[in-house]
Amino acid sequence: MRCASTGVWMKALQAGALAVAVCFSMGATDASSRFNDLGHRLMCTCGCAQLLGECNHVGCPESGRERNELTAAIAAGKSDKEILNWFAAKYGATMLAAPTTEGFNLVAWIAPFAVFGAALLGTVLLVRRWSVGKTLAATGADSASMDPAERARREKIRRDTEDGGF
Amino acid sequence: MAAFGSFALLIALALAAYNLLAGALALRLIATGQPARISPERLADTARRAGIASFVAVTAAAFALIWSVFTNDFSITYIMEHSNRALPGPYKFSALWSGQEGSLLLWAWLLAAYGFVLRLTHKTDVKLYAYAGTILAAIQAFFLMILCFAAPPFALYQGAIPDDGNGLNPLLQYPEMVIHPPMLYLGYVGFSIPFAFALGALMMRYPGEKWIKVTRIWTMVTWLFLTCGIFLGMHWAYAVLGWGGYWGWDPVENASFMPWLTGTAFLHSVMMQEKKGMMKSWNVWLIFSTFLLTLLGTLLTRAGLVSSVHAFAQSSIGTWFVVFMGLVLAVCIFTYVLQRSHLKSEHHLESLVSRESSFLFNNLVLLTACFVILWGTLFPIISEYVVGNKVTVGAPFYNRVAVPIGIFLLFLTGVGPLLPWRATSFRSIRRNFVLPSIALWATVIVCFAVGVRPWKDGALDQGNFYALVAFAVSAGVMTAILSEFLRGAGVISRQTGRNLIAATWLLTRRNTRRYGGYIIHIGVVVIVIGLAGAAFNRNIESEMALHDKMSIGPYTLENVGATQDSNANYNSEYARLDVYKDGKKQFQMTPEKRVYLASEQPQTMVAIHSVPEWDLYVVYEGTNPDSGQPIIKAFLNPLVGWIWAGLVILVWGTAIALVPSLSPASAVVRVPARSAPTEPAFKGGIV
Repeated sequence: MRCASTGVWMKALQAGALAVAVCFSMGATDASSRFNDLGHRLMCTCGCAQLLGECNHVGCPESGRERNELTAAIAAGKSDKEILNWFAAKYGATMLAAPTTEGFNLVAWIAPFAVFGAALLGTVLLVRRWSVGKTLAATGADSASMDPAERARREKIRRDTEDGGF
Repeated sequence: MAAFGSFALLIALALAAYNLLAGALALRLIATGQPARISPERLADTARRAGIASFVAVTAAAFALIWSVFTNDFSITYIMEHSNRALPGPYKFSALWSGQEGSLLLWAWLLAAYGFVLRLTHKTDVKLYAYAGTILAAIQAFFLMILCFAAPPFALYQGAIPDDGNGLNPLLQYPEMVIHPPMLYLGYVGFSIPFAFALGALMMRYPGEKWIKVTRIWTMVTWLFLTCGIFLGMHWAYAVLGWGGYWGWDPVENASFMPWLTGTAFLHSVMMQEKKGMMKSWNVWLIFSTFLLTLLGTLLTRAGLVSSVHAFAQSSIGTWFVVFMGLVLAVCIFTYVLQRSHLKSEHHLESLVSRESSFLFNNLVLLTACFVILWGTLFPIISEYVVGNKVTVGAPFYNRVAVPIGIFLLFLTGVGPLLPWRATSFRSIRRNFVLPSIALWATVIVCFAVGVRPWKDGALDQGNFYALVAFAVSAGVMTAILSEFLRGAGVISRQTGRNLIAATWLLTRRNTRRYGGYIIHIGVVVIVIGLAGAAFNRNIESEMALHDKMSIGPYTLENVGATQDSNANYNSEYARLDVYKDGKKQFQMTPEKRVYLASEQPQTMVAIHSVPEWDLYVVYEGTNPDSGQPIIKAFLNPLVGWIWAGLVILVWGTAIALVPSLSPASAVVRVPARSAPTEPAFKGGIV
């Protein structure tokens, strides 16, 4: 019975993974959407700190030329990675709007998820440890040591905030 | 006036230093009980009065700078660099914070003003306020030292005094810039107060949790200012920078967002301390971190550590801030280690699925978001230091990492209030979550029906996917909150005979903290809906000859000519665009491009037509130098107005949460003679 249940779960997981993979792998995108996508993964190098696809300066000394280079690269049939590498080689790594996923730059992507995962795990473990422990209240320690005014004040807060809110 | 201002700052520094030293000595004498020639209480009172006098002195200095701006005193370098004769009056005020020296003076003045209020209300708790006032004096002394020795706002111009100044940065010549920086600074500076209370309470081993109540009010007010400051900045970026967006994950924007996140975490977790005596250490460190993040924000803005379009004033005061932050951190750690036994929790969690644990997860997500933003902001520096290669961490990074975290936080916003304290049952979960779940999935179906798909051209469309999830979760959260209101109001309505609106109002007044909080959450949901609209932005750019037309969404824009204008401050060119919808002329838009005379810098002034569905946002980018024709870029940005509407709701909710609840005794209720209400109905909340 348990094996059958596990099998169903495994099949469901596989189907889910396949669906996600299909979503990600169906990449028959046209040139304009690739231009838009890549234009938002590159920075304008004129110093305006805007994405190349959003730089709006009339007479910007850089963005016009860089957009033409991007259009030409897409027309030449280069892959996204090749295009991004070409721009990084020509204008420097700061032209890429986000760190790559290679070398030390990978740390930029991993650290947030690693920290979140560690914090999540820590919180769950903490809650579990706390939930099995006896509360001080159960021993009566806190109610005995707390002065009546403080207890009344806390009770009022408890009433005020019962079931939520600030 | 320069001499007067400088002298006022020196006096303010001397008074703040006296406040710090005398206050610290008095508190030490009180704590140890050592005999002294002067009564420690009297000494502490002189310190407090010195703090009040320091406010007067800093006010005099700020007045001197404003007077100098208005009288065009270009013998002062700061005035020469940030103002000119033709600058309109309101923007002369803006000159106060357009440069580093002026903005530090504004910081010092706001800090002194907060301190002034705190010292005047010291009778609330004389000893706690003495500690807080002394800590505040230390912060004040730091800023005054910078103003006196590192970045003096009254430094005299060397050489022949020019007839006119360089003028204000054109980007800052916009009405919101008159209020955005002060709001943001009120938020930044305001976090000094809860920090001072938290550190003071820890130093003196304050008995009970009363300091939390005092701190919570200050924190809420400060949080409100910071929220307004951030949103005003977003609106300014939207209306002035002309790229069609409002948030670019710029380091300076991030710097203001980080203390907001930790401050928000504190406002939630502090309830755990109030109700259950839990998370004491956590709360203390949240406040410490928030204060340190405000300093870090200033360091990033002012020291030029990271490049930013918002860093209007940079110089070499970074070392001062680094040293001060190091000192603050050392004092915090030392005090915590010394007094940590005072921060033991009185209760522990009883269940993983409970209100308490939802607060824990809420804090976890808020702090993770803060870490992600801090990490992204500092990674270019770290990368340069470690591998000698500077990289850019821009919007694509944050969209991938921070947006999912934001949506998860929104989900918790809905789930948290539905969970009871201590523990819950499966039945209770099912009862509370049925309606929100229906709303969530109904929204998904409706979104699919109207054509919102998480994929495009066969590939996953990240923007659409996040928008779909955001809309669906927002619907679930909104349903959860509204059902909470309706449930409580229904009980009151049945028992008092009031209509549902009157019952909802009474319900809110009886428990302002709870229902004010819910209204804030509604505001957040509305803001998220507005933000999600960005996934469907459209734009079109075209060179337009006379009577040329361009279409975007339901609108058609026709160029009906251009006009020029000039005044003493700037020359401007307008494009006049008639806007048609369904073949009928609706209105005219006049996007503008200015060239400021003093600085000779150009500046776009965007024309925006806002309706609930979208903003029609038109930029006049200038003329093509070859053809002489104007270039127009038009955006159709869905749901942007919801962001600003959400802010209004959020402010309203915060105001309600700050008002004391009606006590049961003072809650005058009109009761029909036949149906005598039961006791719990008068206590507010769910009965």
